[in-house]
Amino acid sequence: MNKYAVFIISAYLAVFVILGGLTIASLRARNKTRRALAERGLERRR
Amino acid sequence: MHRFANPARFHRFSRRVQPGLSLATLLSLGIGLWLALLQSPPDYQQGETVRIMYVHVPTAWLAMAGYALLAALGAALLVWRHPLAALMARAAAPVGASFAAVCLLTGSLWGRPMWGTYWVWDARLTSMVLLSFLYLGHIALSRAYDNAERGDRAAAILALIGVINLPIIKFSVDWWNTLHQPASVARLSGPTIHPAILVPLLWMAVAFLLLFILLVLVRTETEMDRRRLEIAEAA
Repeated sequence: MNKYAVFIISAYLAVFVILGGLTIASLRARNKTRRALAERGLERRR
Repeated sequence: MHRFANPARFHRFSRRVQPGLSLATLLSLGIGLWLALLQSPPDYQQGETVRIMYVHVPTAWLAMAGYALLAALGAALLVWRHPLAALMARAAAPVGASFAAVCLLTGSLWGRPMWGTYWVWDARLTSMVLLSFLYLGHIALSRAYDNAERGDRAAAILALIGVINLPIIKFSVDWWNTLHQPASVARLSGPTIHPAILVPLLWMAVAFLLLFILLVLVRTETEMDRRRLEIAEAA
């Protein structure tokens, strides 16, 4: 990857930080609301 | 489409497809990254920096497709007043904004070694920045009102007005003299790039498309559950 390695690595790092962060945040938010619904006995039947 | 506009049916459908969709996303992402980083040859002009294109181009496509989705959902909300359209738009806007941010960042990182600068105010880059502002405006508007319905309607109007920016992004490289290169894949006469580069690009596009769909489904489910909680707490 020679002299351009820093740009290539930074680009892929940006992808993993932004899209990985969004994925983790989305899954955590979903699990949190599912738990909150379950605590109130409002969970949906599958 | 109207069949899945029923919230309960959509919820069941979403839960059923999520495990398979997650697996397909991981698999295609693995294959795409292997092809993009290890298998594809350096470009004869761009050299190794062509590897940035494998993430830059698909995220640009999806940022634009995501905004077209927002506009379609906005129309569905304003015409049919369907609540699921509003919830899905709330879910999709941050996903589209993230893809737009990745597109801008990776493009900038490619521009430095290739153009000698991180940024130029040419028509393609400027219209892409405008797209990311439209996404941010949509997110802000939908959450700006105490009455969620008013916020959703205001955001839907913005989505419909902003959709005019999509053909401007697409054809900016043809209408104006830009530093950004013209289309080389989505062309009526077919792609102009070699299969050794086209195949990894398409694998990454499939992987990002699946991730986009998965994120929208997960976030829509969350928005629906959140709305259900709010109604239960208000009762």
